[in-house]
Amino acid sequence: MRPGLILGFGLLALGAVLVLLPFVWMVSVSLKPHAEIFTPHVSLLPQNPTLENYRRALTETAIPRYLLNGVLVTGGILILQLVLSVPCAYALAHRRFPGRGLLFGAVVAALLVPFHVTALPIFLGMARLQMLDSYTALILPFAATAFGLFLLRQAFAQIPAELIDAGRVDGMSELAIAWRVAFPLALPTVIAFAIFSVTAHWNDLFWPMIAVTDPDLATPPRGILYFRDAESGDEPGPLMAGATLVTAPLVLAFLLAQRRFTQGLASTGLKR
Amino acid sequence: MIRAALTDLLLVGPAALAVVLFIFLPVGVVFGLAFTDYQVGAAQAEWVGGANFAQLFGSRLGRNALLNTLTYAAIVIPGSVGLGLLVALGLHGMATRLPRLSALLRAVYFLPVAATLVAMAVSWQMLLHPSLGLANTWLQALNLPGQQWLSDRGLVLYTLAGIGIWQSTGYNMVLFLAGLAAIPSTLYDAAAVDGADRGWTRFWSVTWPMLGPTTLFVMIVTAASAFRVFETVATMTAGGPAFASDTIVYALYREGFVYFKAGYAAAITVVFFLALLALTALQMLLVERRVHYR
Repeated sequence: MRPGLILGFGLLALGAVLVLLPFVWMVSVSLKPHAEIFTPHVSLLPQNPTLENYRRALTETAIPRYLLNGVLVTGGILILQLVLSVPCAYALAHRRFPGRGLLFGAVVAALLVPFHVTALPIFLGMARLQMLDSYTALILPFAATAFGLFLLRQAFAQIPAELIDAGRVDGMSELAIAWRVAFPLALPTVIAFAIFSVTAHWNDLFWPMIAVTDPDLATPPRGILYFRDAESGDEPGPLMAGATLVTAPLVLAFLLAQRRFTQGLASTGLKR
Repeated sequence: MIRAALTDLLLVGPAALAVVLFIFLPVGVVFGLAFTDYQVGAAQAEWVGGANFAQLFGSRLGRNALLNTLTYAAIVIPGSVGLGLLVALGLHGMATRLPRLSALLRAVYFLPVAATLVAMAVSWQMLLHPSLGLANTWLQALNLPGQQWLSDRGLVLYTLAGIGIWQSTGYNMVLFLAGLAAIPSTLYDAAAVDGADRGWTRFWSVTWPMLGPTTLFVMIVTAASAFRVFETVATMTAGGPAFASDTIVYALYREGFVYFKAGYAAAITVVFFLALLALTALQMLLVERRVHYR
């Protein structure tokens, strides 16, 4: 190999080490005993690794609660989004009705609106209806997903009309065709959207900081901050164990299904 | 006929209602609120015209948040687009020789995109801790002075921008890799016949012009996400010290949801939204012209 190539590979590897540094540091501190963290001789890797921080994070803190909230909220959002979007996207792709063009135009326009823009009025409305500080507040505002509608409608439009008509000839209802014919055929798109939605809402901090003040309702990122503010620098070990536990599910899922993840998060670059 | 209309309503109605209720209605309300002095919880509000916008663009604090966001974007855009391109070029070239290693590095670079940014920000905070962190320990080992990465007013924004680059490079890399894969090899063959068969000449005559549309798209996507910076600010600095890392979305959060100044927060939202729309318009305009830098 030419020296230029070796230099290039070396720089790429060095960059990768830098990218990994905060991950390695997070896991490393989470495995360090207390005395090894509070020392003037800081080292990258733990000398006497221990799982004590994980035991404490899981038994003495609310981290398990935050993780459970994360599962409930991201799961609730995804189910609600699909229940609303699949029939609508199916109708947009395979039915003719007055206002179809207008609705599709509205969906494309709504793609341009980030959640930050709608947060304030939604907060005011929910405050007036006394809906804040609840799982409903964390889930309901994301029922409307222009991105999901758009993605699903594009996928459903690829399904040949003959398949849809066959369902009608068999006497299936339109709702049944949407769920039992169109939905399974568009499964790759559904999975890409599910990855996008779950990642976005598991990692979201903005809306949970606004919608709930009750720590028992905190999603994982919000919970990590409650935990950090409560321990105020005395317990970095359990804090890092908590951060690792919060990050682990998505990172593991990404490592196991890299191609699907990259598709779900990147080829859908539209919405970021 | 009526049956068909009812079916359509059943299929489309709930989602359409949600889109109106949670997207279009709030956008309308935000534009209205921006011209009032409404406070969260108040019984009524006064029409104040453009006073909120005057405050945003006229006050030291408002201008500071806008300027910080622009500075942050001005660092993150070239940093993460440039690095994303370099990494993509490297990995693309490596893919034929060392496919396994190339795939592994690709996964590593993409990892920050999938990871929970708040948790990673907590880890960064610990890395950059003045006394317990690794960053200063390593600097001291090199006989360099340690830095107050997050509490030095002159440094904090650059620290956050560095973390922004760390987070978004992998995303841009994936977009560039897709762009590189789409360049037909016949173009390289043709360039080779003309003598541009390796290294820089090959890059400047084929790769770079062909990546034009991708580069533009990546820059606009990066700009849009840089304007939205919130998680790292909220986690690591809360806009401080002394508002040195205050940004537009963090200011929107603070004014609207901590101080409950809904009217002023709505004005910030409107400015933020219009800036994003301008970016999208720019993108459409340029894509229309099919940008190939020639």
